Amino acid sequence: MLSYVIFSATTAGIYGLLALSLNLIWGGAGMVNLGLAGFFAVGAYASAILSLAGVPVPIAILAACAMGAAAGIGATWATVRLRGDYHAIVTLGFAEVVRLVAMNERWLTNGTDGLPGIPAPLKSVLGPQGFAVFYLCLVLTILVAVFLALRRLDRAPFGRVLKAIREDQDLAGFAGKNAMRVKLIAFAVSAGIAGLAGALYAHYQSYISPDHFQPLLTIYIFLAVTSGGVGRPAGAFLGAFLVILFLEGTRFLGHLLPGLSSGQVAASREILVGLAFLLVLHLRPQGVLPERIRPAPAQ
Amino acid sequence: MSALLTVEGLRHGFYGVQVLNGASFEVRQGTVTGLIGPNGAGKSTAINAISGALLPQGGRVSFAGTDITRLPPRERVGLGLVRSFQLARGFPRLSVFDHLMLYGQGHPGEGFWQSLTGGRAGRQHEERLAETALSVARRLKLDHVIDNPVSALSGGQKKLVEIGRALMAEPRMILFDEPMAGVNPTLSAQIAEHLTALNEEGITICLIEHDMAMVARLCDPVIVMAEGRKMTEGSFAEVVADKAVQEAYLGVRHDA
Ligand SMILES: Nc1ncnc2c1ncn2[C@@H]1O[C@H](COP(=O)(O)OP(=O)(O)OP(=O)(O)O)[C@@H](O)[C@H]1O
Ligand SMILES: [Mg+2]
Repeated sequence: MLSYVIFSATTAGIYGLLALSLNLIWGGAGMVNLGLAGFFAVGAYASAILSLAGVPVPIAILAACAMGAAAGIGATWATVRLRGDYHAIVTLGFAEVVRLVAMNERWLTNGTDGLPGIPAPLKSVLGPQGFAVFYLCLVLTILVAVFLALRRLDRAPFGRVLKAIREDQDLAGFAGKNAMRVKLIAFAVSAGIAGLAGALYAHYQSYISPDHFQPLLTIYIFLAVTSGGVGRPAGAFLGAFLVILFLEGTRFLGHLLPGLSSGQVAASREILVGLAFLLVLHLRPQGVLPERIRPAPAQ
Repeated sequence: MSALLTVEGLRHGFYGVQVLNGASFEVRQGTVTGLIGPNGAGKSTAINAISGALLPQGGRVSFAGTDITRLPPRERVGLGLVRSFQLARGFPRLSVFDHLMLYGQGHPGEGFWQSLTGGRAGRQHEERLAETALSVARRLKLDHVIDNPVSALSGGQKKLVEIGRALMAEPRMILFDEPMAGVNPTLSAQIAEHLTALNEEGITICLIEHDMAMVARLCDPVIVMAEGRKMTEGSFAEVVADKAVQEAYLGVRHDA
């Protein structure tokens, strides 16, 4: 049971990074990234392939982060001029392209068989139990560090410009702001964080395959950010843990409803996820910890 | 006094209708230049071309000796040319304070790394800017709503925020598109005072206005536009004495 809790908390930490990534770009700049799973996959594959080739894990993780950011810039460069919906569709396409590449470029990704034996740092020294605890601490430390950095950005002048662009990009231009540049930076950082989350996932699982990067993952993260509160890093952070709590909680549904086959339990979980999403949007459209206006300094 | 802004032969059409028909005029350094004319004369369209909201199909705009005809709006702001909008615009969910802060120019703290590391230059600039923003808010009597989102302000307050943004930007020139329209008389008198104060600080102003008493009080010279081009220009007294202006705009009939 304990190892199950540790596993769930580690997963929640990784989801938390993804939620922070989405919140930066969606809550901050108002750009919808439907391809989050794609950037997550880029990071996971980059770190896995590099470390399998003998690159030390910490360096592989940093490289994955950079690859994610580069993919973010690539996917945004041509489309940053496109507004809302169009950009969102391009990101959706990007994630599918990543998945197709992972499935078909066997020389690089081993196709649908996936990549086994990804190095798990310190696992041989710590043993499986010790590794699980160590990795949980690692993920949570990184999550908290990223959270603090993003909260700082959110409250700093950069965050103010970002939100202005979200509200009215043209008007931000009349305020002298370079909207393209700011959006590109935000997207690169956001995709870099998603890449980081992917790398952490790969080294934790030791095995990745294209199946791990389904669009459903992106939907879970949207659920996390929406329920936690769009536009506020603390909301995204909380939302990720709520979503994992919910996803894992419904796993025990089978015990409560004895008549169901395991396939039916799995299907009813997805129905419940959908219902929960609707319920949250209905009851608290702004999320648990919504964005708020920070008061002007007193004088 | 030399021309700060020069507009030459601006042409633009919408749906085949020519709205700017070779408009040419200049705004001299240090003046409050009025831009008046009938509804649909092309005044706002001219301001749009000058501020970069619209790329004119023909003609040239130069500001402080630089050809700015095709520059993006933010680069024009960088040169010191800012504008307000006829229909007040804002960032709906941002506070009045944030609006004022956003219009401060050249803020080093807005850079990504500066914001992340909280560098000194950025912090100090932010503090100075915040002081200015608070005093601008007090001047405009917006201090009691400073933390409210702009979407929750009254129409007149939104107009005041437009003025406040211009005050924050400390530009060389401001284009005001009917800053007093829809505002009560007391408030519009106050806005007029703000404009005078801005001008006394050395900021050149181009003002579109339909209230002739205001134009008489604030503007010299006055440019009259009709059908997409300049009709005449002169002091207020001169242009109102012009028969063509009286017929086209002021509603005075001359029966021969
Ligand atoms: N974006 C647009 N699309 C189509 N037509 C436009 C557009 N903007 C302006 N026009 C037309 O151009 C003409 C001039 O409009 P403009 O807003 O410049 O007038 P104005 O002189 O500012 O008038 P007012 O005093 O009523 O504000 C009008 O006939 C208007 O319908
Ligand atoms: Mg107009």
